[in-house]
Amino acid sequence: MDLSILKKERAVIALIEKLKEKLKYIKRTLNIMEVCGTHTMTAYRSGLGKVMREMGINLISGPGCPVCVTSDRTISTAAYLVKNYSNLILATFGDMARVPTSEGPLMKVVPAENSEVKVVYSTEEVLKLARANPEKEVVFLAAGFETTIPSIAYLVKKAKEENLKNISLISAMKLVPPPLKVILDAKEIALDGFIYPGHVSVIIGSKPYRFIAEDYGIPGAITGFEPVDLIMGVMSIVEQISDGRAEVDIVYKRAVKPDGNPVARKLMEEVFHVGDAEWRGFGVIPESGMYPEKEFMAEERFSIGEFEVWENRGCRCAEVVRGVAEPEECPLFGKVCTPESPMGACMVSVEGVCLIHYKYGREVPFEAS
Amino acid sequence: MCLGVPLKLIEVDGETGIVEMGGVRRRVNLSLVEGVEAGKYVIVHAGFAITVMDEKEAEETLKLLNEMIGTSEE
Repeated sequence: MDLSILKKERAVIALIEKLKEKLKYIKRTLNIMEVCGTHTMTAYRSGLGKVMREMGINLISGPGCPVCVTSDRTISTAAYLVKNYSNLILATFGDMARVPTSEGPLMKVVPAENSEVKVVYSTEEVLKLARANPEKEVVFLAAGFETTIPSIAYLVKKAKEENLKNISLISAMKLVPPPLKVILDAKEIALDGFIYPGHVSVIIGSKPYRFIAEDYGIPGAITGFEPVDLIMGVMSIVEQISDGRAEVDIVYKRAVKPDGNPVARKLMEEVFHVGDAEWRGFGVIPESGMYPEKEFMAEERFSIGEFEVWENRGCRCAEVVRGVAEPEECPLFGKVCTPESPMGACMVSVEGVCLIHYKYGREVPFEAS
Repeated sequence: MCLGVPLKLIEVDGETGIVEMGGVRRRVNLSLVEGVEAGKYVIVHAGFAITVMDEKEAEETLKLLNEMIGTSEE
């Protein structure tokens, strides 16, 4: 199977022409929210965002960057633990370690004796750390959406099976559909469609988004991450609008089934329960996070004292994740806040809108280090 | 966090498998997927296969794109 055509420019050009034809019957500018940071990256890296804007389609970035929407309180809790408890390994995915907080970014925190911050790429590494260091506590700052949550559930399940008593989680696990409802109800932006995240949908399928089509009458497309996928997703939305339909159309058919991945979901539901969660930019959203049993929660295992939760004045990350502000509208963007010296999470994460705009959106050609 | 790549499974070994990415072989965890065999493509995220790519659907998409390119070149 030769997948190379997915990356061919000729395919992109042909699809843009087709989209232009379909837009002939739409007489207004369309606002389409692409939820996932990886879609923002596709749009900006390929220049498609600009092309679409010239065609009358505004692609607006949504809250699909798990690092960006993790609260300062959550990251500061992790910092607190590694600073104040000896023989503790704080395991975290890479981007999270660089987000600025009142305690400094995790990677710059001075750990207590025999403690350390360890960057991991997979939850299997967390298991390896726990097995290799039985005398230490391994606390995992567990961040991610439904794409990642099953692998974190696997970690907890294995810990139980192997009777590993030295693993706990600080949960930053979040669900994608709830903030979309908050955005719709807040009515800060008028949206004509949604590009739904391709890999979250691999896990959850199309059902969780149906309320957006049925209750709000807004069309959407579950979309993959190549430029051709993004154009096909937008095309589906334009077709739905022209036909007067509002559905959840699976355009990323090679990866997403209507019922998602039941094996992964069963594992998530077996090990975690849904609860309220605090989101940067949104405050507390009910039923939007996932948590393990108390015995695996770091907040229950360790006594956590007072610490300052930092508010970075001037940083507009909270508005950027809601789709209400563009990075360019933030006074810090590109001046004080750059990838080398980030002021907020949106400039740190590879899926952060600010970082993506900085790397790919500038007029002057620029190579980020 | 949607970062995920389609990779071909070279070997399957119970709960894990081996994929090749950029000339480098890596182990992936297969606990989240069923019906995997060597030769199939899986989508990998953070060290785990999250689904097996549907080759029939992939072929359909590729066919559609090829036709479109064909038409635009007429």
